[in-house]
Amino acid sequence: MDAPVLADMLDFVIAKYNYWGIAALMMIGLYAMIAKNNLVKKIIGMNIFQTAIILFFISIATKWDATIPIIIHGHGAHAHSIHAADYMNPLPHVLMLTAIVVSVATLGVALALAVGIFQRYETLEEDNILEQLKADESNLR
Amino acid sequence: MIWQLDVIILTLVIICGLAAISIRDLLGAAVLFSAYSFMMCLLWAIMGAVDVAFTEASVGAGVSTVFFVAAVFRTTRSSKD
Repeated sequence: MDAPVLADMLDFVIAKYNYWGIAALMMIGLYAMIAKNNLVKKIIGMNIFQTAIILFFISIATKWDATIPIIIHGHGAHAHSIHAADYMNPLPHVLMLTAIVVSVATLGVALALAVGIFQRYETLEEDNILEQLKADESNLR
Repeated sequence: MIWQLDVIILTLVIICGLAAISIRDLLGAAVLFSAYSFMMCLLWAIMGAVDVAFTEASVGAGVSTVFFVAAVFRTTRSSKD
């Protein structure tokens, strides 16, 4: 591979640094959800995954050399023309505002379930809970 | 968007996320997750999503931390991994 192609590829990778960070965060969350043994750690992993997806949508809405989506000449200035390229895209922001509220609702339900499981089994570790479940099952037979 | 600040805070977000899932103390994990949420809120403010940023600062860094601390208070603080 010759040098200019390599430099182009490097530029491409560096210019998309936000997406690499988002992919890393999603993998951290997925790892915590699958591999961690403690239920609270799994819930933290789920929340990291959700915020990574929200960050992805916010990154899509971002433009270079643009300002926040509030029109500069607000009232009584209809003579000014509005250029969409001067403002960030507000549509993904509004969608993700809903996603944040949903994520805190799922967090509340998940923690309530974890507290209920703790009151029943006296532990938050997944392997201990599975052992107790198996013991209960063999007692029933 | 100031890309230098963006890179620094993105790194801090990833560090806080890794620390929150690898610490053994669950109360420490809750506090580190709060720091993660606050760094994420700063990142969104830098990206121009101010409405999302202040919702995250109140809901993500505020209410979620209260939920986690309440859950840890009602269960156990130690964790095996």
